[in-house]
Amino acid sequence: MATAVAQRAPSEAYERVKVAAIEVARLLGVLAVLWGLWEAFKWFGEATELKLGSFQVNDRTLPHVHDIISTLFEPSRRNGPLLIDVLFDAALFTAKEAALGFALGATFGFAIAVVLAHSRLLQRGFLPYIVASQTVPILAIAPMVVVWVNPKMPEGLKDWGAVAMIAAYLTFFPVAINTLRGLHSADPRALELMRSYASSTWSILWKLRVPASLPYLFAALKVSATASVVGAIIGELPASVQDGLGGAILNFNQYYASAPTRLWATNLVAAALGIVFFLLVVAAERAVVRRAPEHVA
Amino acid sequence: MSAQTVVSLGGVSKEFGKGGVVALQDVDLEIGPGEFVSLIGPSGCGKSTLLRIVGDLIQPSTGNVVVNGKSAHQARVDRDYGIVFQDAVLFDWRTVARNIGLPLELAGWNREKRRGRVQEMLELVELTGFESHHPWQLSGGMQQRVSIARALSFDPPLLLMDEPFGALDEMTRERLNLELLRIWQASGSTVVFVTHSISEAVFLSTRVVVMSPRPGRITGIVDVDLPQPRSFRTREEPRFAELVRDVRRALRRGGGFEAEEDDHEEERLIVAEEGL
Repeated sequence: MATAVAQRAPSEAYERVKVAAIEVARLLGVLAVLWGLWEAFKWFGEATELKLGSFQVNDRTLPHVHDIISTLFEPSRRNGPLLIDVLFDAALFTAKEAALGFALGATFGFAIAVVLAHSRLLQRGFLPYIVASQTVPILAIAPMVVVWVNPKMPEGLKDWGAVAMIAAYLTFFPVAINTLRGLHSADPRALELMRSYASSTWSILWKLRVPASLPYLFAALKVSATASVVGAIIGELPASVQDGLGGAILNFNQYYASAPTRLWATNLVAAALGIVFFLLVVAAERAVVRRAPEHVA
Repeated sequence: MSAQTVVSLGGVSKEFGKGGVVALQDVDLEIGPGEFVSLIGPSGCGKSTLLRIVGDLIQPSTGNVVVNGKSAHQARVDRDYGIVFQDAVLFDWRTVARNIGLPLELAGWNREKRRGRVQEMLELVELTGFESHHPWQLSGGMQQRVSIARALSFDPPLLLMDEPFGALDEMTRERLNLELLRIWQASGSTVVFVTHSISEAVFLSTRVVVMSPRPGRITGIVDVDLPQPRSFRTREEPRFAELVRDVRRALRRGGGFEAEEDDHEEERLIVAEEGL
């Protein structure tokens, strides 16, 4: 037995390295293809002087990928820090807003789902309004949230707290809807089993309904993770927050005509932040969810 | 009702919905301690419904249900019975050990006590060494053994089984039949066992209760006088064949063989009733 394990161990490690290498190769492959498509379209557009309405392909509308990347490593202004340092700080600031918003929204969404799952009446009464809340554009809500919330915020949360609220607004909805579905997904026989043990509603919730809902919850958290980043960036605009990626986007947007690559570079960093949030949720899911393979999304 | 009765049913009827399907009509049945009673009949005869009425998972429309000398509700609250379904109904996110320990956890046993009992149960169902496996890593037969261990973990005087081996292949089924008999004799509990299979009912039981559909009622009771302990040989004895014939005849008398088969009707009604 011991020898069998000893023999298997190196080959398992080898397998893991192989799998990781294939993953990395696949990622690089996809990036190379995207880069190729971008540059091919740019070359084609410039060679044929392609016009799509008022859109014309040139270095201003569609800069080279390598120009966008290299902008990151140039000073953001004369004698200033490198652009990547500036954007990194902005991304951290936005991440703080998005993370708080995500946490608030996910908690609130989960709590709503738990309450609605226990009352068909409340579910019938409230669900339409929860759905309606998401049909109102975030751009219409954001300024109001800032006006209402900001004066009541303690000093440490001034401005960015309001932005987190806007991010939470985008986050809670998928969590509430999916968790509600997940809480109802428990096997009817399993519910009978719990009743046969005369278990309380509370035990049924925590020992059956919530664990059964986790695959649904995590599917929602993945959507919400990226939505919270988008919500934070959008929220920064009406809140006049300058320190985050939203501020950076607004700023570089004004200088787009002379330095288009900076806005593109900012978008790249914003996308990377969304991906980081997404991957954190994936990692948490792997650590938490213990289900048969067919139940894991 | 004598003090010796574990389950006592008097005039139990069950109607699903108002003026709807009559699942059970005027069922009287007494089950004594240590008995192994099978309920057999075609689909729609109300045998699963009857089992759930005993377990207080469904309320009867009329009639009296006494379990362990108290009301069915009180018996459920006191955790007087363990239940096993056709599917093992194990919780994916729990290991085998934690699945078996679930009822103990709900009853407030501490970790130390739970661990000891779970080990005993693993030995009883011969799954020692599988405690940290997850359900999906086990075969169907092993999953059902875990489910039996879970039902017996808190040592209930009564074990309710709803076609527990119905989804398993014939070979696994016969092996688990023997294992169940061994467990039953070791634990000394009373078993109420719902099944579709005539030979399974005869092989396992001390008494076979034959039911017929529309409306569901008891149409015959066959006392099984085969000697204990039973073995693979039991099925080959002439007396076994005679008893199988008796049960088959009782089923035919009740119209069991003419009944239309709708395997899921009863289940649908039960789920609708419970509002699950």
